[in-house]
Parts: sequence; structure tokens; C-alpha cells
Amino acid sequence: MDLHVVGPLASPVERAAVDAILGPPDSGWSGGVRDSRTDGHVARGGHAARGRRELLLPALHALQDRVGRITQPGLNYVCRRLSVPPAEAYGVATFYSLFATAPRPPAVAHLCDDIACRLAGAEDVAADLERALGPAGAPARDGRMTWLRSPCLGRCELGPAALVTIAGETPVLDAAGILGRLEASVRREESTGAPRSPSDVMRTRASVPQAGSGAPLRLLARVGVADPRSLDDYRAHGGYRALANAMAMGAAATVAEVTDGKLLGRGGAAFPTGRKWAAVAAQAAQPHYVVCNADESEPGTFKDRVLMEEDPFAVVEAMTIEAFATGSSRGYLYIRGEYPLAEARLTNAVEAARSGGLLGPNVAGSGWAFDIELRRGAGAYICGEETALFESIEGKRGEPRNKPPFPVEVGLFGKPTAVNNVETLVNVLLILGDGDGRGGGARYAATGTDGSTGPKLFCLSGHVARPGVYEVPFGTTLRELLALGGGVPGGRAIRAILLGGAAGVFVGPDALDVPLTFEGTRAIGASLGSGVVMVFDETADMVGTLRRIAAFFRDESCGQCVPCRVGTVRQEELLARLADRVEVRSRAEELALLGDIGRAMRDASICGLGQTASSAIESAFRQPELVAL
Amino acid sequence: MPPELEAVFTTPPARASRTPVAPAVEAPPPVSVTIDGVEVRLDLPTLCYLENLAPVNVCRVCVVEVTGSRVLVPACSRKVEPGMEIQTESELVRHSRKLVLEFLGSSVDVSLAGPREPDGDIARWAERYGADASRFGVAAPPAGAGVRDAHEPGHHHAPEGSAAARAATVAQPVKVDNELYVRDYSKCILCYKCVEACGEDAQNTFAIAVAGRGFDARISTEWATPLPDSACVYCGNCIGVCPTGALMFRSEHEMRDAGTWDEAAQTVTETICPYCGVGCVLDLHVQDNTIVKVTSPLDSSVTEGHLCIKGRFGFEFTNERRRG
Repeated sequence: MDLHVVGPLASPVERAAVDAILGPPDSGWSGGVRDSRTDGHVARGGHAARGRRELLLPALHALQDRVGRITQPGLNYVCRRLSVPPAEAYGVATFYSLFATAPRPPAVAHLCDDIACRLAGAEDVAADLERALGPAGAPARDGRMTWLRSPCLGRCELGPAALVTIAGETPVLDAAGILGRLEASVRREESTGAPRSPSDVMRTRASVPQAGSGAPLRLLARVGVADPRSLDDYRAHGGYRALANAMAMGAAATVAEVTDGKLLGRGGAAFPTGRKWAAVAAQAAQPHYVVCNADESEPGTFKDRVLMEEDPFAVVEAMTIEAFATGSSRGYLYIRGEYPLAEARLTNAVEAARSGGLLGPNVAGSGWAFDIELRRGAGAYICGEETALFESIEGKRGEPRNKPPFPVEVGLFGKPTAVNNVETLVNVLLILGDGDGRGGGARYAATGTDGSTGPKLFCLSGHVARPGVYEVPFGTTLRELLALGGGVPGGRAIRAILLGGAAGVFVGPDALDVPLTFEGTRAIGASLGSGVVMVFDETADMVGTLRRIAAFFRDESCGQCVPCRVGTVRQEELLARLADRVEVRSRAEELALLGDIGRAMRDASICGLGQTASSAIESAFRQPELVAL
Repeated sequence: MPPELEAVFTTPPARASRTPVAPAVEAPPPVSVTIDGVEVRLDLPTLCYLENLAPVNVCRVCVVEVTGSRVLVPACSRKVEPGMEIQTESELVRHSRKLVLEFLGSSVDVSLAGPREPDGDIARWAERYGADASRFGVAAPPAGAGVRDAHEPGHHHAPEGSAAARAATVAQPVKVDNELYVRDYSKCILCYKCVEACGEDAQNTFAIAVAGRGFDARISTEWATPLPDSACVYCGNCIGVCPTGALMFRSEHEMRDAGTWDEAAQTVTETICPYCGVGCVLDLHVQDNTIVKVTSPLDSSVTEGHLCIKGRFGFEFTNERRRG
């Protein structure tokens, strides 16, 4: 390949931003002007540069963070450094919504207008912003800021929510002030050395109402109790006991305990974790990788964010155990770009664990080497799909791969990979941190039901008195969970409950006594998904909610396969036609067509996004009392 | 010695029917086929598959039903395993193929799509599966030049009011920025073949890639740069693999515009490229004693269908009638 790069040179600021990630260039061949006296007439780059392709996203983030967009000269510089063809790098940059390739002001408020925040009044905020700053995307205040609509930001319990990103060498911090009434999370807000402030504790209580209430919490035991910035505090509250137990037992026994615990994945697919680990451990191909899927983006889901913000060392310890059990020496933690606080706390936790000898060349003095790298997503729901996540880590567009082969055989960088969700990993600590770890699996499995063992986190949002993350044993009924959250405010009646998020299913008030288990929800044609329980009372705008869900899938489809790329568009158009009464044919034919579209997406799409893009919408139409359309 | 594979297939119906009939009537009895290291050719529609490229399984028109699989699987890339039960024309399969054809027919100009052999063009498949793209309403007006290239991921204007009755399409003006070939992305079904041929499956030039996301995904150079400023070397291998006529010789494009393109009146003459010593096989497509297009057979052991700028486009001099 002959790298063909045209256009002006990157600015010194852009080069510095990229060099901070990639290191200084070793010759003019890696960017800038070539000087034959110092660089000679020898081509450089090649395999060595292309071998660092996985640094493409971090380098693009560096440009976006520093100058607020990705310019052609800036992208060219990254292409030279990594020997990536500009067309390919442009394809990657234009895939992620947090990267701007067109001019964009340095301060951007990304306002969540997704389903939970809609219920909390996001459209009122949007109207305020439009009055104050003009239409979405238009530069305001001398081009210093703008606002954009965003899909779910995973702050549903605090909504309406916004993420404010501020680019620049010296960020314009007054932007947050101007956007006053927003619940804003501003990057770099976290100073990891500072002691916990009362406002931190208040925020924890707002997200986890059970914290400090005396409820018997296991997954959330340290939340609001231990300082999430302190390794010492983590250890003082039982941290790293599970890793010590695992190392004492050995890898095979560790996998056996997780298998005995009958732990099922909490990301949505409910795959047995023990079987996954055993499969990776048994692979002859080397090396093995572990990946923590922290790209929590399912609308209505925020449990992993809370775990990562409030108990980050638990995630680091659990990944270490996973690596030990599966024979891996390298782990990647892929966190969505919309979680700056969680990212800062995890970064701190990884560094603290490293300097404490719990990561690195000699983990806990055992001679075994393992380390973790954090990777930040850049605004793409699809990257929560495990193979799309691998592609993204590898510096590519987040397009899911066809399966088989499955990740346990051919995963990250084509190697056997164990990929687990954050909550799943934290459950592993309960199994292995119990006593000396032996028999921990059986004792763990005593909680919950036969088919769904252990405790479960639920993300309660929408029309409830106290939205937040709740921990209950599997088998708790929907009614009991809603009672924990204080029920529907104002004594209004429940119209519908969305289980499992945008990819889930609407159920009616008649489902209140369903036990919240994998098998219990399956029996009523629903699914637990990622643990979303979103309540819609009798005043809720269901048509608007369904149209938002349809718009979400259209926006988030990667565009690779035809059924999803076009099907999500046709589904959204059809809902608009029904709502606006401009049907192409008879109403009955339109409804039949909606079913036809959904079926084809479900049967023929490559990945779970397309396969579930019609799930919630079709479920609503199956229950005429939920939505009058 | 390859292991003996047992696979069960159902064959497609003998004749296409315009209106779909009940699957119980439609589906013929399963036929057992033993594959013993022998390639079995099935009568399946394909768009993004080509034997000289790695399958990307994105068009989903070749999906088949495999017993035990929750979803349909792409026949182009799924490896046959011992004991696999496969249905190639079940009701489930036919439904998805029909919808895929409707999705494409309603969003893309597929008038030139589909290989001519062995299965005929996309219109015949539409007939076979009863696809009716008009179910989604009248097509929305085409986008202006460059508009689709500027769409940002994750943001679209939601359909509203009477505009909602218009089906979104990829229609846009043809990109004509060089003398040799044109890019008509109104006809692009995003099969990735051109990207593969430009990149690692053939040319290793990487001048084009998929940019954008979702329905706004598109084949693009970096920053939608015109081809003469891009890395393009004009090998034309992207044209050679394009299944829809989105990439086309400029000569063919102009003749089609003028209404003078007449495939029935064309002859194909096989010859060897005169330019260098490699010996690439050329198929010269000739109309009215003038070369109008050059291709190379996919099964040529020398080219595997791929050429360079000289073999592909260096024929103009033969059309020069003056002798010096």
C-alpha cells in the first residue's frame, strides 16, 4: 500500500495532541516534512506503524478533545503516524457520533432526549436551549458553544441529563454555567486525589436510594460506604480477597466455582459465564484476551455506570480474576465515551492497582503478568455488541462480525477472548470472595431461583418516586421492585412498563406479579435484557415514546446489513405515517407491513441490534390498551 | 480426504409465482444431498457475494434456514457442517428475501442490479419472491450534490407530516469527476465489493471506504475528495465487481444517457492485453465496431477478473480512425 496523503499539515496543537498518545515521531516519515539528510531514502512505517492501528480511536479522541473536531490536516497526521489510508480513517471518524468532522464549537451540550429523559421533561429543556442558543447544532455565543440531541446518556435516574464536552487547551469552563439547569457532567471534573465531598455522597444517594438504608446489599455493598478513589479503602472493605482466593485455588477451580454459581451474563444475552471462561481457557491459540464490556448504552440502563463510578476497584479485581482463570495476560476495558466520571475513576483504579502491585508484571507477587488498558468509545450504541466492540478496539468502524466463529475462538485481534459485562464481573467477586472461595459457587447459587441465580441490579426509571439502581435477589416481583422505588408519583395508574430497554418489551400492569427472572420474563414473552424497568403512567406519551425508539434504532444502526439499515428507516417512517394519518395503504395493511419489517429485521440481520429493533414497538402494538395509534 | 458431510437441502420451486402462496403448498419435500468434497451449486440469489472476494455477508439476500439456528444464516459465508439441515426456500427464507428486495428496491435504483448469470437480474428475483417496493410509499425527492456526504452519524431529521409518506432513498446526482469512470451512488446497495477490490482483496490502494453510519453510510474517499485528488489509481477493479451499475465506464454512462447503449448489439472479443508481459485476459465489449467497455473473466487464472488502468481503460487509441 502506498499511503496517499494530501492537504495542509496539521497544526502544532494537533500534532502535540496526537503525539501525547502515540509518542513523538521517530522520523519525518511518520508525519511532517521529510528530510533526506536525517531520514535517508529508506521507507519506514510499514508493519510497525500498522501494528499500532488499535491506537486510532485514542488518537482521534485526542484531536477531538483538543480542538473540538477532527480536521483533515489532523486526520492526515494520524494517518501518517499509523500508516492508515485516509479513506479508511475518515470512515472510522465518521462512524462515531462524538467525533465531529465538520466544524463544531468547542463546547457542546449533548442533551439526552431519549425515552426516560423525555418522561423527565427533556423536551422542555430542548425548548429552553433553543431559545437561549438557537437550533440544535447551530453555533452560538460567538461560535463558542452549541447543543445537540443525544441518545440515552445512562443518567436516567437524574434526568433530564446532558453531557457537556469542552474542547481546547484551556477549556472554557463557563459553558456549564450558561447551560445552568442541566444536570451536567463535565469532563475533567474529577480530581482523583480530592476527598469525598458531601455533594458526592448526595449524588450517590440519588443514584442508589438503597445505599446507607440498611438494606442487605451485596453487589452494591461498598457503594456510598468505601471511597471509590482509594485502594486502601477498597481492601478495608473486602477488596482483593476474591483474587487471593482464586490464585490459591488455581485457574481450573476458579472456573469451576463460577460454573457452579450458574452465573448468567448480565449484559442482556444471559450466557453462562463459567462456560465462556472454560471455553477460552481451553483454546490452544495464544494469546488469550479478556474484555470488559462497559459500553452500556441500552436506553434506560445505568447500573454499570453506577458500579464503575462507585466501586471501580471491583471491576479491576474481577477482570484480573477473569484473566487468571482464562489464561490471559492482557485485558481491555471498553467504556462508552459518555461516562467521563466512571472513566476517570477506573483510570485511577487501574493506576492504583498497578502501583500497588495488583496489576503489571508480577500480580500480587505471584509472578503472573496481567495488565488492563482502558479504551473510550466515541458514541455508538452498536459497540456494545461484542464483536463490534472488538472492531472498535482494533481501530475500525464498529461493524459487528458474522458469527460463528464466536469470540471464545476468534475474538479480539482474532484470538480467543472472554468478554463480560461489568455487572457480571462484579458478581464473580461474590462467588470467589465468599470464605476461602471453595463452595462459593454453590452458596451463591442459593440466592435467586434455579434458572436465575444470585442478586440482580435493576435500573428503575420513568414515572417512579425514587428512580435509581436497585439490588434485589432474582425472583423479586415487578410489584415489589416498584414498591422499593416508591411507586408511581401522585397515585396515578401504570399504563406500561418497558422491560429490557429499547431492545426489550412493553408489558402492561397485568404483569406486575411476574417474578423478575430470566425464565419468568421469558414465560410472558418479555426479557430482562440489561435490567431496565421503565415505568410509564397513564399520562405518558406512548406514541412519542415509540417514535423515539424507532428513531434511536435508525440512528444507531451501523448500516452494514440491508435488513437493519433500511428496515429501521422504514419502521420509523411507518410509525410517523400512522401517527400523522398519512397511510400509504389501508391501516390494516400498514400494520401488517410493520410486522413484515420487524420479522425480516429479526430473522435476517447480522447482529442483535437489527434482530431486536422492532421488539419493543411490536410488543406495544400487540397490546392495544398500551398505545392508541 | 475431506470428511463426508451430510446436509439436507430443499430445492427452490420450479417456477416463480407472482403472488406468494401458503408455504405448505410452496415448499417441496426436502432433498438429501451428500457433499463429499464436491461443491454443490445452489440456486440462491446473491448481491454482495463474488467468488474472487472475501464474503462480507451484508446484503442478506442469500440467507437460508439452518435447523437449530435462532436466525437465518448467510449461505455465502456459513461453512457447511456435518449433519446440518438447511432449507433454501422455506417460508421464513422467502419472507426475508422478499423484504430485503423491497428494502433495496424502495431505497436504491436497482434497475441495473444483479448478475446476468446464472440467476437473472434483481427484477426476476423480485418476481420470484413477490417483492413490491411500492408498499413503503412514494420515493422522497433526491438529495442535492454532496448533501448525503455531509450527514453526521447519529443525527437525522425525523419524518413528519406529509413528508412521512415519502420513503427515504439514497438518490443523489451522479459523481463525474474524471475521464474514465463515474460513480452513481443512487444505485449503490453498499455491498462493500468496491471497497474490498480497492483494498486488501485485490488492488491494495485503499482509495475508498465506507463512511458515515446507518442509512447515511456511503462509499467515500476521505472527506469526499474528488477521485483525481484521492489515492485512486484507476485500475477500475471497483467497476469490475460492482453488481448494480453504480460504478460505470464513462463511455457506457454517456451512451446510456444518450440512449445509444445496446447490449444486444454488442459482441465480446477475448484477447490478451498488449501493454506488458503479464498477459492479462481482456474481454473487449464492442458496439458498432467501437470498444465501449473492457472486462476480464473472473475465472481467468491470470487476472481473477482484475486489471490495471492500461488494460481497463487504455483502449481509446483503437477507436481513433485516422492513420498517421
